[in-house]
Amino acid sequence: MIRPDAPVLLEIRDLHACVEDQPILKGVNLTIRAGEIHAVMGRNGSGKSTLSKVLAGHPAYTVTGGSVLYNGGNLLELEPEQRSRTGLFLGFQYPVEIPGVSNLEFLRVATNARRGQRGDEELDTFAFEDLVRERLALVQMDPAFLERSVNEGFSGGEKKRNEILQMALLEPLVAILDETDSGLDIDALRVVAAGVNQLSDPDNATLLITHYQRLLDLITPDHVHVMAAGRILRSGGKELALELERSGYDWVDEQLAAPQGQQGRQPLEVG
Amino acid sequence: MLAAPAGTAVAAAPGSAALAWLAELAGTPLPSRRQEDWRFTDLSPLAAIPAGIATGSSGPSADPWAELSLPAGVSRLAAGDPRLGSALAASDCEQHWPVLLNAGARPALLALQVEGDGGSLELPLPAAAAGGLVAWRLLLVLEPGARLELLLAPAPASAEPQLLSLLSEVVLGEDARLQLGCLALGKGHACLLDHLVVRQAAGSELLATTVTSGWALARHEPRIVQEQGAARTRLRGLQRVDGRQLADTHSAVRFDGPDGRLDQVHKAVADGAGRSVFNGGVQVPRAAQRTDAAQMSRNLLLSDRARIDTKPELEIVADDVKCAHGATVSQLQSEELFYLRSRGIDSATAARLLQRAFCQEVLQELPAAARRHDPIAALLGTT
Repeated sequence: MIRPDAPVLLEIRDLHACVEDQPILKGVNLTIRAGEIHAVMGRNGSGKSTLSKVLAGHPAYTVTGGSVLYNGGNLLELEPEQRSRTGLFLGFQYPVEIPGVSNLEFLRVATNARRGQRGDEELDTFAFEDLVRERLALVQMDPAFLERSVNEGFSGGEKKRNEILQMALLEPLVAILDETDSGLDIDALRVVAAGVNQLSDPDNATLLITHYQRLLDLITPDHVHVMAAGRILRSGGKELALELERSGYDWVDEQLAAPQGQQGRQPLEVG
Repeated sequence: MLAAPAGTAVAAAPGSAALAWLAELAGTPLPSRRQEDWRFTDLSPLAAIPAGIATGSSGPSADPWAELSLPAGVSRLAAGDPRLGSALAASDCEQHWPVLLNAGARPALLALQVEGDGGSLELPLPAAAAGGLVAWRLLLVLEPGARLELLLAPAPASAEPQLLSLLSEVVLGEDARLQLGCLALGKGHACLLDHLVVRQAAGSELLATTVTSGWALARHEPRIVQEQGAARTRLRGLQRVDGRQLADTHSAVRFDGPDGRLDQVHKAVADGAGRSVFNGGVQVPRAAQRTDAAQMSRNLLLSDRARIDTKPELEIVADDVKCAHGATVSQLQSEELFYLRSRGIDSATAARLLQRAFCQEVLQELPAAARRHDPIAALLGTT
């Protein structure tokens, strides 16, 4: 849903970041308003996942330039836990297994951290069980997974459902879903996409990071961006994703090989 | 094995005046760090302990277990039972210093026999508040086919300097099964010497879990002998050190016959300037063909001032055996920490959750009676 007058939730300006002194992001610009669904596409190594990790505050990445305004404040000065509590959510491409930590307790502690920030009262074990069972239905997840250790021994699809369950509990303002579609069969993909669609509303925003059109058949993006070499090379509407599906990324190489002057141009609108 | 920052001060060397009374009681000098078994174990915290044997452990006239009610199937043995001392002899440690010290302190003795199903029992180990040395000696005989779940929870009555000495002898008859838990939660300047010797007959099963935390100095020596092989031994250990604490586990398992099994996991968490020592001896002589033994040492190093020494010591002579061992030393995994933080959990809480998970694997193997002591809160502080 595009509303030009909707408040800006996330404004990324000329963001540069590196990992172990290796520059990965080289000037990312992206503005996300309430109610919008954005998709960032691009080849492996284009910087998509780095962008998501930098936004979530992963300590292995160092921001070397630029700024990120989140809901009116400076995102980059917040600790990862503060980002989460204030409503930024990262759905992991590879959700981490934590043996010995109960999934149910993990979900409850995380939910209460977010609720505390919003001034809501903390949920005790019983109240939380009611909430989590209601939200489980959204991702059609077997309640047995609550009793297990966080992500331990979960299949790829179960891990991603668990991510969307966390999103449903944390009710984020901006959700970044990093290749949530990878490793999912079509049924699991439908469940995950339906969950994301149900959680989208005019007051929040979603940033999908994906390789494939097939997720975008189920979640219709308002904006599609193509990332290459650490920058957003091109932006457009949902048609851009379809065009990429048809013509691939070869034009990216051509554009990257073009003289410096052309690289700085405004992103092309397609369709 | 890890190198550690040097420069920890030593308060007193073994043989100094403050320790002379302990040498006298044991009838032999304290072990020196030149002895391989004591190389990493600084005994100087013992120097703070006031000389003298505390009341509550001074022989038959003051039986601390006079009021103890025993479950059906468990009865007292006479103090002169011929099996007293037999497990010590079988495991070649009659002359070990902690054993000699225990004997010299004239410990309170409790000798128990189990026939059939003994159910579950927690044995109180009453310590004196005054400090000094408290010694207990146990003999536990499980007759063939008998079963027992037993919890020992040695604990100081105060944070004053004191030394608790516990010597437990266990004889497991054929097909007997013992689940033994030792939950040793210390505090302040208290020190603990815990010596366990077990003779296992064929078909018997031993599950021994030791959890230790909070002692200025704790030394645990579980020594198991499978006398005919063909028995099962499952050992679990967890030790946590912080501040300037030291915890040391020297385990020894010997197979004197074929087809024996060992499954051993020892875990340590070292924080502050704490030191953790693990030495895991496994002896598989020629007679012990088809032995299946696995030993794992997992260690969590939480501070750059803490030190962990871990060493498997496998002596394998038999040629048809399966013996695996391994050791890991790691810090909290950064990806796990980040995942928790990305869900709004602050780094201190996240670290505590991960530590708790690390410890839980061993804690859950303690007998159910251990829950009353809330071991996780004692180990990590309340969450």
